[in-house]
Amino acid sequence: MSDAEAPSVSVAVSAASAKRTQKHARSDGRSGDFKYALFVLPALLLSASIVIVPAVLTFGASFTDWDGVSEPYWVGLENFQDLLSDGTFWQAIYNNITWTIIFLTVPMALALIAASVLLNRKKSAAVYQVVLLTPYILSPIANASIWKFIIFDPISGVVSFINRHGIPISNPLGEPSTALYAVASVDMWHFWGYLAVVFLAAMRQTPADQLEAAFLEGANGWQVFRYVTLPNILPTIALMIAMVTIFSFLTFDYVYLLTNGGPAHSTEMLSTLAYSAAFRTFEVGKAAAIALFMSLFGLVASFIYVWMSRETLR
Amino acid sequence: MSQSESAAPSAKSIWGSLFLAIAVVVALAPFCLVIMNAFKSHTEIVANPLALPDSFSMVNFVTAWTTGRFSTGLFNSVAICGFTIGITVGLASLAAFPLARRKGKIWRLISIYFLCAVTVPIQLFIFPLYFIFAALGIVGNLFATSLILSAINLPLAIFLLRTYVLAIPQELDDAAFMDGAGPWKTFWYVILPLLRPGLITVAILVGFNAWNEFMITSTFQQGQANFTMTLGYLSMNSTIVTDRGIMMAGALIIIFPIIIFFLAMQRFFIGGMTAGAIKG
Repeated sequence: MSDAEAPSVSVAVSAASAKRTQKHARSDGRSGDFKYALFVLPALLLSASIVIVPAVLTFGASFTDWDGVSEPYWVGLENFQDLLSDGTFWQAIYNNITWTIIFLTVPMALALIAASVLLNRKKSAAVYQVVLLTPYILSPIANASIWKFIIFDPISGVVSFINRHGIPISNPLGEPSTALYAVASVDMWHFWGYLAVVFLAAMRQTPADQLEAAFLEGANGWQVFRYVTLPNILPTIALMIAMVTIFSFLTFDYVYLLTNGGPAHSTEMLSTLAYSAAFRTFEVGKAAAIALFMSLFGLVASFIYVWMSRETLR
Repeated sequence: MSQSESAAPSAKSIWGSLFLAIAVVVALAPFCLVIMNAFKSHTEIVANPLALPDSFSMVNFVTAWTTGRFSTGLFNSVAICGFTIGITVGLASLAAFPLARRKGKIWRLISIYFLCAVTVPIQLFIFPLYFIFAALGIVGNLFATSLILSAINLPLAIFLLRTYVLAIPQELDDAAFMDGAGPWKTFWYVILPLLRPGLITVAILVGFNAWNEFMITSTFQQGQANFTMTLGYLSMNSTIVTDRGIMMAGALIIIFPIIIFFLAMQRFFIGGMTAGAIKG
């Protein structure tokens, strides 16, 4: 009946049929593999030409001085050396780390609370899920514009209206001390519903007999959460931690749309820095070097993600 | 016993209800502000953005539609979504079949490649890709941009569809094999028809991703004639920066159809979204 039942069923079914497949796997060897190669070839070709070849070029470009049009000029490690002595670059790394810490705590905690509360509301949970997901399914352009123009705007926004009627607050996007938190708030407002829905779906897979046993033993709500629900959804939480960490180091849309790294680089991220290096000042070599840094940060989290997903490959 | 049992949940549900009530208000309040202010003039908004509109004039919506070039934008958005869904679902369903059915080192390696591709940052390839596209003269080409969006959506689509293929009993493949069907016939006549729920789920998820995507679309769909609906809206900001009433009407135009579509498709959407995320 619930929305989350579909995946839980499909996961269970797939686990069962995976075992069966192993038993039945036809061993017609290499010629068999060759017949099947044509199925996967188009996907591999597209992925290689859009992702791999340009990624290799990014690696090469990071050692050059290149404006994107004329002949690239080999400069060795100069781009990397320049970055390490660039205060804005370190500011961006600092901001990315702050962003990661915010996203690993606030939306995670809110989503766990929301999911546990919704778990006890069998009928209304479906409606709440849809409401909480509404900001998540809309485009960053729409969401960012709404917050920028009607909430934060110093003339037409709700903030300015409150400011004029007694409570002295200023546009949080305009202050270097608050801008990062304001941008992060809008992005979290858009994102946290996704976490809540994922956690709820995971919690619904908690075996009913474990819950019953806990209640029979007289466990209170917190104890049930701490000793039954939480251990059961731990793998999902770990996966979400990996995903949030990866995407915190790549975050771009809301920062670019709301502040574009300003004021005074207070919201500058590695992604906005790389983007303006490539497309505003046409220092593609520098942009490539930053992109490699970003990928390096993400790589660690990616390893964890791939490692955690390894059982799906069996 | 019955008393303590009923007392505990009710005390808990007061705080729970309060939490949910706040969450709902926070989630929806910005959209209420859009609806309230879409019907007002700029001076009315500046005077009080929290006031209800006096009348329901559609003039803001007409202005927004023409300044945002939403007719062109709608066409481009639908084209990009359509191409991206077609390419992604087509290639992903083909790839998911052997990745679910074949065992061996090569297939494991290909799976690991696509698993890694899920987390590859766009920045790792976008800069050279843009200048390659510029040199080829295909910046702004709807189909070329859709190819990029498809490549980004492929890994997740493959893994979702692979789960659906695994749920199809291997006995059906074997039966087709006994009847003399090769891999292509098995795929076309056995797997594909049974894959339909998975194809719909993946199509919806990919469609949302393609519609909402910002970095690729804004970089590669340059020039007013190539703007998607959301990019057209974004460009309004520089054209009529002063009138917030028109901006709010434009915002309502671009979010309203998506919310309706989401409400209609939410079962598929939530099912597909959580399927890839749950481990246990």
